[in-house]
Amino acid sequence: MQTRDSSAHALPHSDHGTPLRATVIWVVLIAATIVTWSVGESGASGPAIVGLLFAIAFGKGAMIILDYMALRRAPLMWPLLALGWMTLVCALIGIAYWKGLAA
Amino acid sequence: MNPPAIPAAASDGPARRLPGDLAIWFFILAELLAFGAFFLAYAFSRANNVELFNEQQLALDRNSGALNTILLLTSSYLVVRAVQAAEAGQSRRAANWIAGGFACGAGFVVVKLFEYVAKFAAGVSLSSSTFHMFYLVLTFFHFMHVILGLVILAALWNGARKGRYGPGSMNGIETGAAYWHMVDLVWLILFPLVYVMR
Repeated sequence: MQTRDSSAHALPHSDHGTPLRATVIWVVLIAATIVTWSVGESGASGPAIVGLLFAIAFGKGAMIILDYMALRRAPLMWPLLALGWMTLVCALIGIAYWKGLAA
Repeated sequence: MNPPAIPAAASDGPARRLPGDLAIWFFILAELLAFGAFFLAYAFSRANNVELFNEQQLALDRNSGALNTILLLTSSYLVVRAVQAAEAGQSRRAANWIAGGFACGAGFVVVKLFEYVAKFAAGVSLSSSTFHMFYLVLTFFHFMHVILGLVILAALWNGARKGRYGPGSMNGIETGAAYWHMVDLVWLILFPLVYVMR
């Protein structure tokens, strides 16, 4: 199946990780999606639930950014910009949600 | 077995490198800012109309939203496998992985079209409510990005079949893959925001 592990050091670079790592991440991403979907189906609401939803979204986004987009090994500015975007958007959505509760 | 969250030692390899074309990363940043602005416009507009948004959100098809999340994530995974295959010098195999990624992306388009048809049949339009205006504009803006992504994947598939990508020529496939992952990334916020948050 996988023949490249032993030859990994012969490659010019391996910024894209291993197939096993990509597959484990995919399984985690799908499991996280099922959690989000079941929250939606249950109709659950409230600050704790919304916090959970966006914590999950942030974790999924971080995996996409660092591993699938291969920014883990990019110059630091790039993963920081992408993760900073995720943090800012999730935080401001949280503030907007809280504002809606108070209204 | 190590959990995936532990980062690989950065010192154990070549210097830090931005995959693909520098230009695509500036484009991706601009796209992220545009989507971010849309998301926040939705979130703050919702704050002023919580009851309306909660009520109309209930009528959305969360099953198709979740199915589409799974299709995009799987597509992204298959494209990662394609990049890894190209990196290992297996261009033909990379083409097959890309074809799988394209099929999942096309599946997203089909599911979304069914969702739109059902919504239009129910009388939903841009002017039917603030919620529906946002729902249509946000999801359609994303939908257009999926279409462009599919065009890019088709070009990558063609290139991989012709053996254009390999250990020394990763730029094209990395550039296209980065765009496709961005399309996935923004959907990961759009789905809980529009379909689930209440």
